Amino acid sequence: MSTAQPATKAGKVASASGGKAKQRHQRMNTQDRTTVILMAVIPTVLVLGLVWFPAISSVILSLTDWNGIGPLSDINFIGFKNYVDIFTIYPPFWPALQHNVMWLISLFLIFTPLGMLFAVLVDREIRASRFYQTSFYLPVVLAGALIGFIWQLLFSRDQGLINAVFGTTIDWYGNPEVNIYAAMIANGWRHTGYIMLLYLAGLKGVDPAIHEAAAIDGASQVQTFFLITFPVMRPTNIIVMVITFIDALRAFDLVWIINQGRNGLELIATLVTANVIGEASRIGFGSALAALMLLLSSFFIIIQLRIMVKGDD
Amino acid sequence: MATPSTAAATTSWEGDIQLRKRGISPGRVALYIFLTIMALLWLFPMLWAVYNSLRDYGYTLEHGYVSFGGFTLENFPNAWRRGGFATSFGNSAIITIAAVAFTLAASSCMAFVLARVKFRFNFTLLAVFVAANLLPPQSLLIPVYRMFRSVQLPDWLSDSGSLLNTHAGVILINVAFQTGFCTFVLRNYMIGLPAAMYEAAQIDGASLWRQFYGITLPLIRPALAALATLQVAWIYNEFFWATVLLQSGDKMPVTSSLNNLKGTFFTDFNLLSAGSIIAALPVLVIFFVLQKQFVSGLTLGSDKG
Repeated sequence: MSTAQPATKAGKVASASGGKAKQRHQRMNTQDRTTVILMAVIPTVLVLGLVWFPAISSVILSLTDWNGIGPLSDINFIGFKNYVDIFTIYPPFWPALQHNVMWLISLFLIFTPLGMLFAVLVDREIRASRFYQTSFYLPVVLAGALIGFIWQLLFSRDQGLINAVFGTTIDWYGNPEVNIYAAMIANGWRHTGYIMLLYLAGLKGVDPAIHEAAAIDGASQVQTFFLITFPVMRPTNIIVMVITFIDALRAFDLVWIINQGRNGLELIATLVTANVIGEASRIGFGSALAALMLLLSSFFIIIQLRIMVKGDD
Repeated sequence: MATPSTAAATTSWEGDIQLRKRGISPGRVALYIFLTIMALLWLFPMLWAVYNSLRDYGYTLEHGYVSFGGFTLENFPNAWRRGGFATSFGNSAIITIAAVAFTLAASSCMAFVLARVKFRFNFTLLAVFVAANLLPPQSLLIPVYRMFRSVQLPDWLSDSGSLLNTHAGVILINVAFQTGFCTFVLRNYMIGLPAAMYEAAQIDGASLWRQFYGITLPLIRPALAALATLQVAWIYNEFFWATVLLQSGDKMPVTSSLNNLKGTFFTDFNLLSAGSIIAALPVLVIFFVLQKQFVSGLTLGSDKG
């Protein structure tokens, strides 16, 4: 933070409301400078020390043969061997990646569009709109682990409602053929309401005049939505896209509570965790998987940051 | 729920008149039917849990779950006792209150610096904070786990001798993660505050701290309220860090203790239902009492984009 500069030297810095007039007035004395450093140092140290340092360490560890027990001085760099091993001799990796992709597809093709549809429908002049909104986003406040518990009441083989109603004997959470779909449905239950909320906020930002104009021009409601409203909500669309991707990559709680991500429910995040706190602690695999997660998430983080920069102009 | 919904409130007068003129068309009937079915479908899992939590295990064992009768309140005290909720609610309270308080304190300070002080790496620093919130927590697990284990603490502070298996560790990592998001939201909020006010304060010779404590903090109270609501729900719901960093059951907050309760509850679904309702109670209260704050907190982050 020693780089704090008098405002005039930092004219380049983008700022939404920082007019020149304000910058001219800003001259920091020693006391103010101390205030700035004190205010910024704790949050910065926390974020750098507990988020960025571990993130970079994960990437570095993924290139070593550290077993997690010996001193750090015993570390040997072994290049990309951990990655090669993951791709070739680590059986759960490909199923886990496939499950993450399926998870993402289920969100993108079913639950995100459904959330958008709900938002569009309840945002119209309908009665009891509040009741519908409340119903759809109630699951948003529940913990992922708790959602796993609640859906157990429906999915259980012996006492679950689904089997009782349809006379089936499927173990929805236990059978590796179907349990990923059961988990995806429970997860979608929550995701849909969240997306609805984001689109409701986005729809409020749309000028109603353009709808009226479209109606006068004879556009149907569906046409109006796809040709006008949807493109106008571009910022919301991008945020929703980023959130959907990152949620699919981070998916963990729901699956961990069911069976700790085994037997058909492997996900990248559960593999990392199982490799660290499980019986067989394999730091190399775990770190390489962690680094892959970082790589995948960085694409969306960059997209998010780019929107942020644009929002600041 | 007597107040009209915010969405409906945006309806203009003309819309209202149009609605009445249009009457009830088949399209609208279909719309209401569709929405009602979907809403009931969405509410169903929760209602099913509530319904079964109120029924006797023996009765449902005999008649199956698709039946009516055998009502009792016994499951709640039972689940409370056998689930150890007295301990886990205490732990949840410690972790949640401390983490939310520290997060809001840290992020309002940081947001103020980013919003009001111009320096060269201003934007880079904001990006560092925002991106931190988006990293998958699992990808940090190995180094964080090792770091916490290597921090030596005296026995009177931690019975594990390190930051592992302590509330302090879970609080720290939650603060570190949530500070990024809150800083971003609060900075955007602060940038929207009138610049003239700060110019006047500067002319009056108000120190930077005075500008923060005396002017900014009172003005950002709505944003702080929304964020506090959202963060309480999030940190109460936080599962991953509490699961991997806390080993002993008597330290676990409600959400991560669910993992230990599976064995206790999964044989008796009425108990499972009651336990789920108990665990959901704090966030359900937030949901019904502080709905407005919660929703605006959820959508605050997406406003700016």
